[in-house]
Amino acid sequence: MHEVSTHPVAHQHTAPTGFIRKYVFSLDHKVIGKQYYGLALVSVFIGMVLSWLLRIHLAYPDYHIPFLSKLSAVGAPGGVMTPEYYLSLLTMHGTLMVFFVLTNAPFAAFGNYFLPIQIGAEDMAFPRFNMMSFWTTFAAFVVMMASFFVADGPPISGWTAYAPLSAVGRDAGPGLALGQDLWAISIAIFCIASLLGALNFIATTLDLRARGMSLLRMPYSTWAWFVTSVIALLAFAVLLPACVLLILDRVAGTSFFIPAGLVLSDKLQPHSGGSPLLWQHLFWFFGHPEVYIAILPSIGIIATILPVFTRRPLLGPKALIGSMVAIGFLSYMVWGHHMFVSGMNPFSANIFSVPTLIITIPATIMTLLLTASLYGAKMRFDTPALFCLGFISVFISGGISGFYLAQPSLDTYLHATYFVVAHFHFVMAVASLFGVFAGTYFWFPKMFGRMMSESLGKWHFWLTFLGVYCVFMPMHYLGLVGNVRRYSAFVDDYLAPLIPVHRFITIAALLTGAAQLIFLWNLIWSRFRGPVASENPWEATSLEWATTSPPPFDNFGGKHPVVYHGPNELGVDGPDGTDFLMQTAAPKSS
Amino acid sequence: MGVDVQDAIHAGQKLGGSGLPPVTRNTRLPKVALSERPERSETGVWIGIFAIVMTFAALTSAMIVREGVALDWQHFQLPKILYLDTVILFFSSWTLETALSKLKEGENRFSAGMTWLAVTLALGGMFVIGQVVAWRVLAGQGLFLATNPSSSFFYVFTAAHALHLVGGILGLGYLIYKLNRTRSAARTTGIRATSLYWHFMDGLWVYLFVLLLARM
Repeated sequence: MHEVSTHPVAHQHTAPTGFIRKYVFSLDHKVIGKQYYGLALVSVFIGMVLSWLLRIHLAYPDYHIPFLSKLSAVGAPGGVMTPEYYLSLLTMHGTLMVFFVLTNAPFAAFGNYFLPIQIGAEDMAFPRFNMMSFWTTFAAFVVMMASFFVADGPPISGWTAYAPLSAVGRDAGPGLALGQDLWAISIAIFCIASLLGALNFIATTLDLRARGMSLLRMPYSTWAWFVTSVIALLAFAVLLPACVLLILDRVAGTSFFIPAGLVLSDKLQPHSGGSPLLWQHLFWFFGHPEVYIAILPSIGIIATILPVFTRRPLLGPKALIGSMVAIGFLSYMVWGHHMFVSGMNPFSANIFSVPTLIITIPATIMTLLLTASLYGAKMRFDTPALFCLGFISVFISGGISGFYLAQPSLDTYLHATYFVVAHFHFVMAVASLFGVFAGTYFWFPKMFGRMMSESLGKWHFWLTFLGVYCVFMPMHYLGLVGNVRRYSAFVDDYLAPLIPVHRFITIAALLTGAAQLIFLWNLIWSRFRGPVASENPWEATSLEWATTSPPPFDNFGGKHPVVYHGPNELGVDGPDGTDFLMQTAAPKSS
Repeated sequence: MGVDVQDAIHAGQKLGGSGLPPVTRNTRLPKVALSERPERSETGVWIGIFAIVMTFAALTSAMIVREGVALDWQHFQLPKILYLDTVILFFSSWTLETALSKLKEGENRFSAGMTWLAVTLALGGMFVIGQVVAWRVLAGQGLFLATNPSSSFFYVFTAAHALHLVGGILGLGYLIYKLNRTRSAARTTGIRATSLYWHFMDGLWVYLFVLLLARM
């Protein structure tokens, strides 16, 4: 029905046949995309189990967790974690989730798989770089995981690795010797991998678009991956030298981040004049754009998927794309809002709060466009659509608290409390993951040629949706009453009455986490037993639906798609009584 | 050869428009001049340049902050060999351009072009050796990586640049290897990308040299 306009070709790409070249060191962007997805899946379950451990300890500080003493006899004697080991696990939870899940899943995994297909290319611009980029990421993952198994465990300095704690070594506490070395090396390796990946995404988008695929005809997801790769290119290029300087402070005795006169464990540290704030500036100059690296691809994915289920184009396509670009640009001007209470000049804090408030404008525009597009729609409530709606909900819930935190005067009170934990989990973590879930249910048929179970999908959605609200909504109240974050147990008088709330959150977190097993089972079951998917099961318009499910090695079977429309031709008079036009559908006149 | 056809296809696709005949893998597009042919490796180098600029901008701002934040910054004399190194790298950009213009002139100037490429490669190698000599000179004066923030930044900047330049040397070496096999500049990809990267490394060094002169 929706044939790809083609030209005869002389020869087709031949797919590799050996196991190693086909599945392990593959140059095929689709295999690499799945590899990224697999790595993110492993990371997210490790990160989730870590969050379970943290939550159990917070709510029941005396509870003996059986296998924990096996992981670290020193960190968790008898299965009860020490306050330091709590911080070690917290560091690993944050690091795994931010780098190996929220960066890898919506951006690297789906971007690798679908960006080339959505623009009608056979592969990425630099397939070899692409392969290197995944395996470098994998190496970073292995190095990071190794920190669990070194003598004093993972670092206690958090995923932000604030100096001087992260820069000084074993005198400052457990995990800050070899564990912190491994952390810094892993993140440096991750930077290199991300730079290679971003370079590939940008070059592919610029150079390999099919005939007729003008920039404004690219689907929103492609736009999001493109803008994100520009952000990632410039952000990781700053984190990399920052990590190098941190490593030099740790192993070469330099004083970039370590101030003079620092006494730890009764020992004067042999450093002079370094600036801990310098690390924060470099880190957050990367770190804030990183937030958008995590969320923009999901916004793009949602904006691509939602219209397919409302059966009408999104409102304001150019405003949406413009908002993404504006966010990408502004994301470089707001890093100081992570540092309001760092000891930075308060005047700087006021300066940084202005662009922070301004960046809410494009974010609000995007949210309003997504929401307003629902008005009067004849919605198809399949699982991907539910996750799109869920995304809008959690993105708004998390975004609204951002307005408060953008004010230095309010942030001074709220910064070190659970209010911030609630904010960033909603707006970055859960929202981004909802994009990943929507993308998974939507694209699974294309990636594996089989549909996922709808009923399991709906169970998964409702349990997750209600679960995350039960987990993160109460944290706002905890924060407002002054419940500090990063503490391993709440034994102070004023915090003790809050323990029941923490128990509620912990139970909700355990159940919400368990609901993810439904998703895991759905993935596995559908991979082998799901109903066979047609070429275009959702009646979508973009190019990935104009090829077989799953696509052949060269994506379009030796053909070169020609694009005649933007991706928004929904709710129109299509061929054969359908209500949509594929991007490849030739105009009637020709 | 396969790469050429693919390039031609992408060149055709970029032109777009409905009036053009369909471009296929069979189509042999007329050879375009070296300087006009679009190459994705060139796009890649441009993107890489943005990232490298960001890295060195971050290090520059870190140096300015670090110098201002404490009173322990000690100035020192840059080793004299850096002046020679600067001339060498500057000269290598000129030899590279000479090589490319010879290669473009056609078959009869091909070997002359290859000679100039080899000279460029050698100059690049000399530059890196010169940097190592500069490090030895400083070490001889007792200025090591951790001696003072100024020497720390000196080593970090020069080592980071040298590392990137070694990448350029490897790229140039690979280009010479490819040209040796094809014996034709028109049928070899990556010429423009390599030269762009090389000139950028040259420019980046000039920036760093001025910066180090001013701050060390």
